[in-house]
Amino acid sequence: MDMTNTPSHFVTPDQQALADQAYKFFFSEFHHLNAEMDDSDDLPASVFPTLGKMGYLGLNVPTQYGGAGLDFTSACMITEELTRANAAIGLTFLAHDNLCVNNIYRNASEEMRQKYLPGLCDGSLIGALGLTEPGAGSDALGAMKTTARKDGDDYILNGSKIFITNGPIADIVLVYAKTSPEKGAHGITAFIVETTTPGFKVAQKLNKMGFRGSPTGELVFEDCRVPAKNMVGRLDGGVAVTMSGLDLERAVASFCATGVARRALEISIDYAQTRQQFGNPIASFQMVQAMLADMYTEIEVARSLAFRTAAMCEGLEEGKGGRGDIHKMTAAAIFQAAKANSFVLDKAVQIHGGSGYMRDTEVNRLYRTGRVLEVGAGTQEVRKIIIAGELLKNG
Amino acid sequence: MTDQTGPSTADIAEIKANYALTDDQRAILDHVERVAREVLHPLQEKMDAEEYWPEDLFAKMGELGLLGITAPIEMGGSGQDEFTQALVSEIVSKWNPAVGLSLGAHDNLCLNNLLRNGSDAQKAKYVPGLCSGEIIGALGLTEPGAGSDALGAMATTATRDGDEYVLNGSKLFITNGPIADLVLVYAKTDKSKGAKGISAFLVETTTPGFKVAQKLDKMGFRGSPTGELLFTDCRIPAENIIGEENTGVSIVMSGLDLERAMVASMCVGMAERALELALEYAQLREQFGKPIARFQMIQSRLAEIYVDVEAARSMSYRALAACVGLPKGGGGRGEIHKLTAASVHYAAEAFNRAVTSANHIHGGSGYMQDTEINRLYRANKLLEIGAGTSEVRKIIISQELLRG
Repeated sequence: MDMTNTPSHFVTPDQQALADQAYKFFFSEFHHLNAEMDDSDDLPASVFPTLGKMGYLGLNVPTQYGGAGLDFTSACMITEELTRANAAIGLTFLAHDNLCVNNIYRNASEEMRQKYLPGLCDGSLIGALGLTEPGAGSDALGAMKTTARKDGDDYILNGSKIFITNGPIADIVLVYAKTSPEKGAHGITAFIVETTTPGFKVAQKLNKMGFRGSPTGELVFEDCRVPAKNMVGRLDGGVAVTMSGLDLERAVASFCATGVARRALEISIDYAQTRQQFGNPIASFQMVQAMLADMYTEIEVARSLAFRTAAMCEGLEEGKGGRGDIHKMTAAAIFQAAKANSFVLDKAVQIHGGSGYMRDTEVNRLYRTGRVLEVGAGTQEVRKIIIAGELLKNG
Repeated sequence: MTDQTGPSTADIAEIKANYALTDDQRAILDHVERVAREVLHPLQEKMDAEEYWPEDLFAKMGELGLLGITAPIEMGGSGQDEFTQALVSEIVSKWNPAVGLSLGAHDNLCLNNLLRNGSDAQKAKYVPGLCSGEIIGALGLTEPGAGSDALGAMATTATRDGDEYVLNGSKLFITNGPIADLVLVYAKTDKSKGAKGISAFLVETTTPGFKVAQKLDKMGFRGSPTGELLFTDCRIPAENIIGEENTGVSIVMSGLDLERAMVASMCVGMAERALELALEYAQLREQFGKPIARFQMIQSRLAEIYVDVEAARSMSYRALAACVGLPKGGGGRGEIHKLTAASVHYAAEAFNRAVTSANHIHGGSGYMQDTEINRLYRANKLLEIGAGTSEVRKIIISQELLRG
C-alpha cells in the first residue's frame, strides 16, 4: 500500500519526489531502531550525523550556512516522512531543526548565524528550545519565571525549563527569559545558550510514555552567564520571536501527527488483511472496513489542511505571524491533525486487538506516542483560544 | 534575503499559487457572492415555509450567469472548469441551500454529464437551453428499491423497439423532478448483465408515458422540488441514448465521483454560513451580563466549527482539483474514487457537527423552524445520505485501501 502518490493540488511533483526519496532513506536507516529506542529511551549517537550527512538538517536554512535551502512545505513533508519511519527521531528532529535552527536563522544576528548554523546543519551540534517551565505551560509567557539580568557584556540567567525535547543531549539551547519582568509578556528576550556554559545543568532526564528515545529533560540555570551578543532578536522582543516561531512550529508539528497516523493506518491495513477470524481476514468485515475508511478520511483531511497551512507559511517574514489568518490557520491545522491522529491511533489499536495492547508492538508504540500531540506546542485548549480569539476579533 | 541559496521568490510564488484562485475565478466568485446574497438569500423563508420554487428562478439564474459554468461559451456557458463550478455551488448553497441543491442537480448531474458523455447533436440540442435556464435539468438514478444498491437493484427498463426505446419503471427522490424539462435517466437495457447492462437516456418530460407521480415533502432543503417519476411505456427516440448501449455504469461512476466532490462544496458553504450565524449570535446574545462569546465553552464550540469548516474546505479543494480535466469515463476507481468519497464523507459529517453546534449556540431560538440556523440544521441530514450514504462512501474508501 502506497499513499505517497495521493493526488494533491497542493504539492508540486518536485516536493513529492523529495518526500518519497526521504521516506525510503528514513525507513531503511531509522525504522529498525524503533524497538531499541523505545526500550532504552536513548537516541543513538549516529542519528544526527546521519541526518546531517544526507542533507536533512537545516532544511529551511540557505545553503550558504550549510542548510538545505528548501521551501517550508518541503521541510514539512520531510518531517512527516521522518516521523512516519521513526516518530521519536521525528520529534527530536523537529525540536532541533524547526524550534532551534529555524528560529536562529530567522531571528539571530549574522554573527550568531555564522557561528552556530554550520554545526547545527552538519549534525555536530544538537539544538533545543526552552520555553515551558514548571509553572508556565499554557500561560508560557505570562507565568515565565526564568530571568536574564544584564551584567556588563553578559546576561545572567536564573530559572528552570521543563519538558525540553533534546534537553539532555543538546549543545545549543534557544532559551526564553524575562529581561524586564515588570513588562510581562513584553519583557521577554531569547538567548542562545551553549550547554557547556557554567551554571547550566540538566536537572533530570524525564521518563515519557511515548516518543521514547527522543530525550526530554528539565534544565536549570544558576547564575548562567551568557554573552549579550547571544541575544536573538531585540531586547524584550522575545514575544514576536516566540509567537511567529510557534505558528511555524504548529504547522510543522501537524505533519508529525499525520506522519504517525499514516504509519498507524499502514500497519492496520496489513494486520487486517493478515489476521483471520471466523475463517476470513478481518478486513472482510464491514465494521473493520468502516474503521479503515474513517482513519483514511481523517488523515487525508488533516493533511489537506496542513498542506494549505504550510503554503501560507511560505516566505513568512521574520517576526511575522502570531496574529491574523496565519495564527488561526496554523492553530487549526495542528488541532485537526492532533485530533485525527488520536482518533486513528485508537482505531489502529482496536483493529490490532489484544496484540495492540502489548508494549513491544509498533502500533502500541505509536499509540503511546500520539497523545502528546494534543498537548505540546499549545494544548488543544490553547489552540481553540487562539482560533476563537481571532474569530471574535472583528466583532 | 535575496541570496540564491534558498527557495527563490518565484518558487514561493508558485507554491502559493497552488492554492490561490485565478483572477478569472475571483471575478466570477465575487459576482456570484453578490447575487447569491442579494437575490437568493431573501428567497429562503418563503421557499422553506411553503415548499415553494419561484417559477422564473432558473431563467433568472441563467440571466445572472449561474448556469452552465462548465459549458463552452459558444453554447451559452461560462467555459470554466469543475473547480470553479464547485466554488459557485459552495457560495450559492451558503446563501440558499435549496437553490444550491437544485443548481447542483441541474448544472452538475444533468448538464455536466451531458457535456462529458453526450453526442454533439445532443449537446447542440439541449446545452444552450440548459445554460439559459429555459430548460430545467434533473437526473434519475435512485429507485424505490434501489438506493445504496442503485445499480444492482435497478428495476427500470428500456427496451429497444425500432427507432425508439420504451422505458418502464420509476425513480424516487429526484431533485428537480417535479419541474424538470429534461431528465437524464438510467435504465436497464440488458437485465441479464446486472450493473453492466445499464444505459443512460435523455428524456424530455413532455414525452407521453412520463409522469410526476408525486412531489415529496422534505424536512429540509425545502423549496427545491423533489419528486417521484413514473415511466409507463414512455417512448423516446433511440438517438437520445447517451454513449453506447450498456455503458451506463461508467457514466454513473465517473459522474458520481464529481458529484461527491461537488456535494462536499455544498457542505462547506453551508457550514461556513452556520459559523457566521453562530459568531454573530454569540456576540449579540447577552447572558450573565455579557455576550455569550466571552465564555470559554462557547469559544470552544466556535473554534471547533471553524476547524471543521477549514478542514473540510481544504480536503474538498484538493479532491476537486484532482477532478479537473478527468477524462470522459475516468474516475469510478483508484485514487480519485477514494479521495472524492473521503472528501464528501468528511464534509458531510463536519457540516453535521458544525450546524449542530451552531444551532446549540442559538439556544431555544435555534429550535424555531423559521430561523436561518434551523433551516440549515434541517437541511444537514441529507448530505450524509445523498450521492451515496456515509456507509457507501466508507465502502468505496475501504475497497480502495484494501486493493492490492
